[in-house]
Amino acid sequence: MIKREDVVTWLTCYRQVLKDNKDYLTELDSAIGDADHGANMDRGFNAVVAKLPSVEDKDIGTILKTTGMTLVSTVGGAGGPLYGTFFMRAGMAIDGKAELTPDDLAVAFDAGVAGVQQRGKATPGEKTMLDSLTPACAALHESLDGGADLKVSLDAAAAAAEQGMKDTIPMLATKGRASYLGERSIGHQDPGATSSFLLIQCAADCLGKE
Amino acid sequence: MKKLINNPEDVVKEELMGVALAHEDLVRVHFNPDYVVRVDAPIEDKVGIVSGGGSGHEPMHGGFVGMGMLDAACPGAVFTSPTPDQMLEATKAVNGGAGVLHIVKNYTGDVLNFEMAAEMAAMEGIEVASVVIDDDVAVQDSTWTAGRRGVGATVLAEKICGAAAEEGKSLQDVAELCRKVNNQARSMGMALTSCTVPHAGKPTFDLPEDQMEIGIGIHGEPGRTRMELKTADEITEILTNAVVSDLPFEKGDHVIAMVNGMGGTPLIELYIVYQHMVKILQGHGIFVVRQLIGNYITSLEMAGCSITLLKADDELLRYWDAPVKTAGLRWGV
Repeated sequence: MIKREDVVTWLTCYRQVLKDNKDYLTELDSAIGDADHGANMDRGFNAVVAKLPSVEDKDIGTILKTTGMTLVSTVGGAGGPLYGTFFMRAGMAIDGKAELTPDDLAVAFDAGVAGVQQRGKATPGEKTMLDSLTPACAALHESLDGGADLKVSLDAAAAAAEQGMKDTIPMLATKGRASYLGERSIGHQDPGATSSFLLIQCAADCLGKE
Repeated sequence: MKKLINNPEDVVKEELMGVALAHEDLVRVHFNPDYVVRVDAPIEDKVGIVSGGGSGHEPMHGGFVGMGMLDAACPGAVFTSPTPDQMLEATKAVNGGAGVLHIVKNYTGDVLNFEMAAEMAAMEGIEVASVVIDDDVAVQDSTWTAGRRGVGATVLAEKICGAAAEEGKSLQDVAELCRKVNNQARSMGMALTSCTVPHAGKPTFDLPEDQMEIGIGIHGEPGRTRMELKTADEITEILTNAVVSDLPFEKGDHVIAMVNGMGGTPLIELYIVYQHMVKILQGHGIFVVRQLIGNYITSLEMAGCSITLLKADDELLRYWDAPVKTAGLRWGV
C-alpha cells in the first residue's frame, strides 16, 4: 500500500530534483520555448512543499488536489494549468483515500494524464509532456496487469517515460510556443516531457518501496 | 543590463504600487492575488470586462482599466501569463450581475489559465464569455502551430467592447462585437533591437546593428524573417502590405489604424511610419478614418513598431468615438 507519507516524500523529492535540474530545463526551454520552464516549476514546487504541512494528515486525494491548486496559482505560463490539472484530476480520482493500492495509483495517473490531454488539447506525438506521461501510464498498467509488484511496475513506467522523453527529440512541435519554430523545433528534447519524466522517476524512487 | 529598477523580483509589484498611487481616481490595485480594478467596480447590470497577460507590455492592460474600457486587468510576471486565481478574483470583483467577458491574447499559457479561471467562475455561478484575439499575420495560422498571436487588435477590442458594455449591451452582444473586431483586424510588427527581461538580465536575442527582425511577437519571439535594415518607407511597405494582403481589406474600406511603438522607438519615428502608411493605403483605395500613434502594446524597451488595421463600419466607429477615461487612453470626457 502507498501511504500518505510516501506521497509527501514523492512531492518533496520532486522539488529537489527540479531544483537540481532547473538550469537544465531552462536550457532545453531556451532552445524551443521562452526559457522559463525551470524557474516556473521550481517556484511552483517550492510553494507546494511549503503548503504540504497543512495537508499531510489529510487523505491522499486532498494532498494531490492541494498540490494541483497550488501549482495553478503559482506557476503561470502553460506549465501551471497543465501540471495543476494533472494533480487535481489525479486527486479527484482517488478522493478520500488515506492509502492507495497499486491499481489506485494507476487510476489516479490515468485521470491526471486524461486531464492534461483535455486541457492542452494535445495528443501524444506532438512534442509535449504527454509523450512521456502516456507511455508511462501504459507501462504501469501492463506491468501491474501482468502480476508484477509496484516497484517493478513503477520502474517500467519510468523507463517508458524516459524513452518517451528521448523520442521527442526528432518530433516536430505542433502545440505551444515551440510550434512557432516549425521545422526548427526538430532536434531538441521537449522540456515538458523532461520534467514529466523526472516526476515519474521520482514516483518510482519514492512510491515503489514495498 | 542597464534598467531603472531596484530588484528584478520587485519590478511588477513596484510598478503596481506606482499605478495605484498615480491613478487612484481611476483604479484600485489589489495585491495577492494581483489585479487592477476600476475604482467603481462592480457596476450593477453592466457586463464586466477582464483582460490580462504578462507584464512588460505597458500601458496594456492595466493602463486601459477605467470608464469605457476594461473593468479589471491581471498582470503576470514579465512576459509570463497571470494565474487563474488572479483572474477569478478579478472576475468576481467586476461582476455586476450581467456576466463577465474575458479578452484573451492567443498564447498557450494565457489561453489555458483563462480557461481554468472561466471554469472556476462558472462553478461560483458567474457567467463568463471568452474571446481569444489572434490578429498577428506574421504567424502562419494552421493546425500545425498554436495559431496566430494576439497583438495590436487587443487594444482596439478592449476600447470598442468597453464602450459597448458601458452602453448596457448584453454579454452575448459584447462578446460578439469582440469577435467581430478580431475578425476584421490584422497586425504585423518588427524589431530594430531586442529587449531584456529583468530576471534574465541579458537580451532575449541578438540582433546585429545592421539587421532587423520582421514579424516579431511582443515577447521577442522569432518573427517571419531577419533581414538587412531598411529605410522607414521600405519597412512601412513590408508591414502594411503584409496586413492588407491578409484579408479582409478591400478598395473603399475605412479603417481604424494603429501605429504602435514597441517601447524603445520615439514618436518622431512612429509619425514617419504613419505618413507613409497612409500613402500606401490610399494607393490601395483604403482610407484611415481614425488613428492611434504611440506606445500602446509594448515589449519592454524593444525598438520597433507594429501596424494594426481594423476594417471599420458605423457601429465600430461609434463605439470607438465613445468616451473613455483610462491612464493609457482618454477622450470625450
